Amino acid sequence: MTELTQSLRESFTQRTNGPLRLLREAAFARFAKLGLPTTQDEDWKYTSLAALAQMRFELAAEATVHDVDRWTLSDAAVRLTFVNGRYRPELSSRAPGGAFIGSLSAALVERPELVERELARHADSHGDALTALNTAFIEDGAFVHLPAGAALQAPIHLLYVSTAPGKPTLSQPRNLIVAGANSQATVVETYAGLDNEVYFTNAVTEVVLGDNARVDHYKLQAESARAFHVALTQIHQGRDSRFSSHSVALGAALARNEVRALFASEGSECTLNGLYMATGKQHLDNRTLIDHKSPRCTSRELYKGVLDGHSRGVFSGRVLVRQDAQKTDASQTNKNLLLSDDAIVDTKPQLEIFADDVKCAHGAAVGQLDENALFYLRSRGIGQEAARSLLTYAFASEMVNLVPLGPLRARVRDLVTSKLPAFERLKEAA
Amino acid sequence: MTRSELLLRVKDLHATVGGKEILRGIDLEVGPGEVHAIMGPNGSGKSTFAQVLAGRETFEVTKGEVLYQGQDLLALSPEERAVAGIFMAFQYPVEIPGVGNLYFLRTALNALRKRRGEEELDAMDFLALAKQKMKLVAMDESFTGRSVNEGFSGGEKKRNEIFQMAVLDPRLAILDETDSGLDIDALRTVASGVNSLRSKDRAMIVITHYQRLLEYIVPDRVHVMGNGRIVRSGGRELALELEQKGYAQVEGRREAAR
Repeated sequence: MTELTQSLRESFTQRTNGPLRLLREAAFARFAKLGLPTTQDEDWKYTSLAALAQMRFELAAEATVHDVDRWTLSDAAVRLTFVNGRYRPELSSRAPGGAFIGSLSAALVERPELVERELARHADSHGDALTALNTAFIEDGAFVHLPAGAALQAPIHLLYVSTAPGKPTLSQPRNLIVAGANSQATVVETYAGLDNEVYFTNAVTEVVLGDNARVDHYKLQAESARAFHVALTQIHQGRDSRFSSHSVALGAALARNEVRALFASEGSECTLNGLYMATGKQHLDNRTLIDHKSPRCTSRELYKGVLDGHSRGVFSGRVLVRQDAQKTDASQTNKNLLLSDDAIVDTKPQLEIFADDVKCAHGAAVGQLDENALFYLRSRGIGQEAARSLLTYAFASEMVNLVPLGPLRARVRDLVTSKLPAFERLKEAA
Repeated sequence: MTRSELLLRVKDLHATVGGKEILRGIDLEVGPGEVHAIMGPNGSGKSTFAQVLAGRETFEVTKGEVLYQGQDLLALSPEERAVAGIFMAFQYPVEIPGVGNLYFLRTALNALRKRRGEEELDAMDFLALAKQKMKLVAMDESFTGRSVNEGFSGGEKKRNEIFQMAVLDPRLAILDETDSGLDIDALRTVASGVNSLRSKDRAMIVITHYQRLLEYIVPDRVHVMGNGRIVRSGGRELALELEQKGYAQVEGRREAAR
């Protein structure tokens, strides 16, 4: 048993009460049986958790954080702030009426019937060890419930701040977003850390879309440079629903972001966009699954990676078109830009088709900066480093510009340019 | 003209790419305000010469020297050459999706100004300057909102090069086959833009395959390149002779005269 598993077992036995006891116990049993994945596991072939396995983390550590201004989006957003996984009302804004937007812990007390109908029914706690681990420790997170027909104008901003001034901490937010029929919402998850601290975030978000519902989901991973981040977003789409995901992964020493969408009924659309930018020794793993289980669904996927220094990027995207999923229209693209000789990317697009009347395309590309373009910029007086940054930004900007939400787009642009040397002025270039 | 008054002095310049010698001893002197045309058949080394002057690292200079304003040009990086006042209009301008045309040009201009110790232009001042210069090449305003050369027609790309030249205001402009691929109207527009930028301080090296361009941009000197060297030099009448007799005969006569 690894150090991590041992310490988690100790923590788990101290906290087995509560409304979800049976669920949690079953999940912990699965986690104990599965153990932390290793690179022998096909799903974790490119990402090693060996460093994590050797560590002990303090769970739900108390923390003093008074100011989250630097991560807020706009005054218009409804914000729920979590520090080390726990809801902090004093750092959050008041939610409007007409929907439940609050902490999972409060919802389990106030509206348990709404929560239990969907919680842990979509993410796989049986086969996926880290999801099981999250489920075993479900305590807090965000719960958003939109009744049928509710259309929220303001984005919901879920802000997860981690801090570990003493021992490394572990936060396991568990989020549930249930969008009733014909409802509409925008949800932004931001993961950020204080300074250069060591902590581990293991987050799971389940999104359930009713018939004709629409959810736009953004995830901004800007964890501290020494953090570990593992997250799953699991989407369940009802008939004629529309879901979009924009994942921006910039932070953490090691991060793995997984998005899994299931077309449970026909006529739906799913868009998965992603940008990952790694420098130094960062390791950023992106994994997606789009499960075309039903006919007449459309999926679009575009992930772009920028890898510099000794960093490593992974894209593993699977599109599964099942036998009954006729008239499926799916496309998947992964493009990578390697900025150094020592950076590595593993790209693995997978298309599995069992239906015969479908339109599917996929492709992957790995390239370097265009020498002609570089020379063109330099011949005009732009220094080499700035020219490289400008071309890198040009590559990444496609993903930045796909973020339709103004304040978030500005935030993403700032974070992207802050990873590029000699390009402080890029921020003006909108 | 004395040596110190020369803007550019190229002496016995040799350059290779991938071990293959392309330039085999070029000699050329250009004074301020002069317009030199360099003509020659495909493969004679014209474009290589232009790119070596601009600092392209694909080519390795194996012998010779290039003095620009009395300084060793070959020791400078491409961006340092731009700061020193050298500009090359590309034969094949590069498309850069995701970078706005005006943003790119303002970044370039301010990089030059900053390194020359001049104040940088803010967005408003730059826009005023850009709009004024766009008129020189009849450039449409819609073009300001587009990415660098992305989706531009051949003519638009060449006009964009001259527009950049007008904004960056170089002392030595090298036009690398700016006329290739242009129809006669586009050629006139580009040539009139270039002519408006002629001044007693600015020299130009106009590289072209065709004599046609030189009807619009009248050069002070014409040089003919062949096999990596300048094989003949003369006044503008040399261009006409080339037009009538073709490269083979003009080069051949020189070989015979040796």
